[in-house]
Amino acid sequence: MELTAKSAAELHTLLESREISAVELTKAFIERINAIEDKVKAFMTLTEESALMQAAEVDAKLSRGDKLRPLEGIPMALKDNMCTEGVRTTCSSKILENFVPPYNATVAELLRQAGAVMLGKLNMDEFAMGSSTENSAFHVTRNPWDLERVTGGSSGGSAAAVVADQAVFTLGSDTGGSIRQPAAFCGVVGMKPTYGAVSRYGLIAFASSLDQIGPFTKDVRDNALVMNAIAGHDPKDSTSVPYDKPDYTKFLLNDIKGLKIGIPREYFGQGIDTEVDKVLRQALATLGSLGAEVEECSMPHTEYAMPAYYLIAPAEASSNLARYDGVRYGYRTEDSEDIISMFKKTRAEGFGSEVKRRIMLGTYALSAGYYDAYYLKAQKARTLIKQDFDRVLEKFDVLVAPTAPTVAFKFGEKSTDPLAMYLSDVCTVPLNLAGLPGITLPAGFAGGMPVGLQLMGKPFDEGTLYRVAYTFEQNTDFHKAKPAFSGEVA
Amino acid sequence: MSVFDRYEMVCGVETHVELATKTKIFCGCTTEFGGEQNTHVCPVCLGLPGVLPVLNREVVNLAIKAGLALNCEIAEFSKFDRKNYYYPDLPKNYQTSQYDLPICKNGWLMIETAEGQKKIGITRAHMEEDAGKLVHGGETITTSDESYVDYNRTGVPLLEIVSEPDMRSISEVLAYLEQLVQILEYTEVSDCRLEQGSVRFDINVSLRPRGSTELGIRTETKNLNSFSSVRRCMEYEIARQAEVLDAGEKVVQETRTWDEGRGITLSLRSKEEAHDYRYFPEPDLVPMVIDREWVEEIRKTLPELPAARRERLQILGLSAYDAEVITSSKGLADFFDKALRQCEDAKSLTNWVMGDFTRLLKANEVSVVDSPISPEQVAEMVNLIEKGTISGKIAKSVIEEMFATGKDASVIVKEKGLAQISDESALIKIIDEVIAANPASVEDYRAGKERAIGFLVGQVMKASKGQANPGLVNKLLKERLG
Repeated sequence: MELTAKSAAELHTLLESREISAVELTKAFIERINAIEDKVKAFMTLTEESALMQAAEVDAKLSRGDKLRPLEGIPMALKDNMCTEGVRTTCSSKILENFVPPYNATVAELLRQAGAVMLGKLNMDEFAMGSSTENSAFHVTRNPWDLERVTGGSSGGSAAAVVADQAVFTLGSDTGGSIRQPAAFCGVVGMKPTYGAVSRYGLIAFASSLDQIGPFTKDVRDNALVMNAIAGHDPKDSTSVPYDKPDYTKFLLNDIKGLKIGIPREYFGQGIDTEVDKVLRQALATLGSLGAEVEECSMPHTEYAMPAYYLIAPAEASSNLARYDGVRYGYRTEDSEDIISMFKKTRAEGFGSEVKRRIMLGTYALSAGYYDAYYLKAQKARTLIKQDFDRVLEKFDVLVAPTAPTVAFKFGEKSTDPLAMYLSDVCTVPLNLAGLPGITLPAGFAGGMPVGLQLMGKPFDEGTLYRVAYTFEQNTDFHKAKPAFSGEVA
Repeated sequence: MSVFDRYEMVCGVETHVELATKTKIFCGCTTEFGGEQNTHVCPVCLGLPGVLPVLNREVVNLAIKAGLALNCEIAEFSKFDRKNYYYPDLPKNYQTSQYDLPICKNGWLMIETAEGQKKIGITRAHMEEDAGKLVHGGETITTSDESYVDYNRTGVPLLEIVSEPDMRSISEVLAYLEQLVQILEYTEVSDCRLEQGSVRFDINVSLRPRGSTELGIRTETKNLNSFSSVRRCMEYEIARQAEVLDAGEKVVQETRTWDEGRGITLSLRSKEEAHDYRYFPEPDLVPMVIDREWVEEIRKTLPELPAARRERLQILGLSAYDAEVITSSKGLADFFDKALRQCEDAKSLTNWVMGDFTRLLKANEVSVVDSPISPEQVAEMVNLIEKGTISGKIAKSVIEEMFATGKDASVIVKEKGLAQISDESALIKIIDEVIAANPASVEDYRAGKERAIGFLVGQVMKASKGQANPGLVNKLLKERLG
């Protein structure tokens, strides 16, 4: 097995036993990236030089005979909406093409302190708005399982880099499914933590009340290891919650006997591809055979999640993105007569069409005379959706649902039809509105493309999600499958 | 005929006051005034991509304190909202403010008018962040080719205090503003440095025909930063509106700006052009739950407010006027109170504090807090007069000397031998000499001319170089002349 295909846990053992050095490991990843990046295009920016320096520090530590922490020397990469001091952070937008933050996002700082080696920054839909990474202002990222297909989005680069072995793990952000949907499309493990579990400080905001950072990994154990490093209260983020952060690896038990698993029927209705449905039914049978009590349930307000989301998220975005005006940083139009025309032209030239569409939607939803009918009503729907979750989670330990209604689609298939694109998030959006944790993991294949199984849980109960996911993983081999794609054969 | 014979003026004021915190409302940057441009800034107050606000608890403390001093209800549940508008001095292009759940509401303060006391309602007071400052490359905003922004002030905490439209004359408005600023200063909620722009007023004014109960159409003139500008602006705006109404036209509801140099108001934007601020709850901050214990803790820190202080001083025997003067600034009132603790005679102390002490402060251009003599020293001097150690006349030179040297009155009196002669045997010796030298006056007195005693007392004072105790001299002379 190639070094780059190994998990963080495996590589940690190799590093500690000094079978490989951290610099060798980082070089292996740089070679891997160089070999296949022109086909995958997962990265926005590469930071080879600083990565090798970080790796050398780890080797220095090893040669002193010091113990390594779990992520020390492990090569990883960040979605390009997390600020990195001195490293360009673009949000895959022309408006931030040359923006170099003077500070680190809390997650970047925590991973740096944990000794992880940053290889670079990853492509995404512009400002995390999209479900295919086709909205990047710079280039698309290709799905390693089929280069004619999308990776999903908005964290497409984060998902592709992990499955293509360009990084051991990556971080993405999930506002309406942007971690879980691309993880499912690319066949990797993706966790969207409880709102408030991971600091948002330094995450360039799309929709503040929904955004949450989480890890993409090759398996469940690695996911728990990364969560151990990035979760926890941050005084710089007022919405981060002070809670007793557990050691998430303690939940990696191959045992779900007696756990109650709910199947909300609304997630298995119209619009779910029959092949996908078949894979998921099989996964449910597996969970049942492993001793879980699987039972159907109902969450009647689920249908309101999409319209509520597409009012709340754009409303917050319209305000969050107001700061990109050319005055202080980022792109500024070269051709303006006065301040108003500078604002207008900078934004017209700097933003892509999906971003503009959402800014307009959100501006409209918040306007005088429309606020009550749109924004306020959407917030009421959000409350009802939350109550649905509260009610069923009193009875069940976790809920199981599709991560996406289909497998990864082809380029251009939905990019001309915003509504069709929006519907690819129909299974992931409700959880963001409720602020709850969710994980997706490989559950099989449909037409040769990976299908993700989504587990949804109680607030701050990522542990139980890890337990169920780990048990499923230990009893199946889907996570071990690799795309036929390799550097040589496309 | 005055405008006010035909029209009644209705006015309400919005006051923006910078709160006296050390650091900004959502980050750790200093709130210090001035400083080189863009040096009191960080990623948070510059609104860089990815940053988040963290509320400075001291801002909430001061807002609650102001609310209590202004007799407001303090909300149990309050939140921040975003006010969205584009302006280059606003780094996020939204201001974090409070919309429908302000921290304070339904308060009042009392003003003195010619017709007696009047209650002015306070609709609400809410917390928000200040914006930066634009510096234009050319003479004015319209003739400049380029403008620069200084973000030092961005994120300085503000309290916006909104009054009811309860004021009916310019003098009522000025009385309200003076009271308000005094209360904010007393409670140390703000430094109230008007000249540095730490207090700014928006004046809403309308006219209606005398006797009408309907409100007229109002204009709002923004960003006035002195009482004199408020007065001049209102005089202008009232005359302008009266002219419009006299011509049978309608006042345009609009926002106006005050041109200090030309002494006129100018239209900024009409109601139709008014911003739609698209307020919505700030998702980056959690709502505040303000428990009653917190409010009571702050209530305990409230100082005695000017009105209560004036009342207490009047009970001590000060006139209404004297009480007003003493409480006009917290510094002077505190000075007086400290002196009073060591002084028996409030009336005499009042005269000295308001008289020679204040005169010396002015002449030396020092503020009361920087006074070279302490309240205790002034008290001691007044006590020396009351004990008869020095006369009032001598005291005038003593306080000058105290001011110049910082020495205690008793030290100066001793060093210069200024103590009054209250020793009867010493005085009788002088009195006998004066009687012997002025037989004519003695005759006059004995013949019933009471006035003659004055002349004789004067002679004794002269012979003692002013150090004789005049009361005692009077008594002894009368006994001697029997």
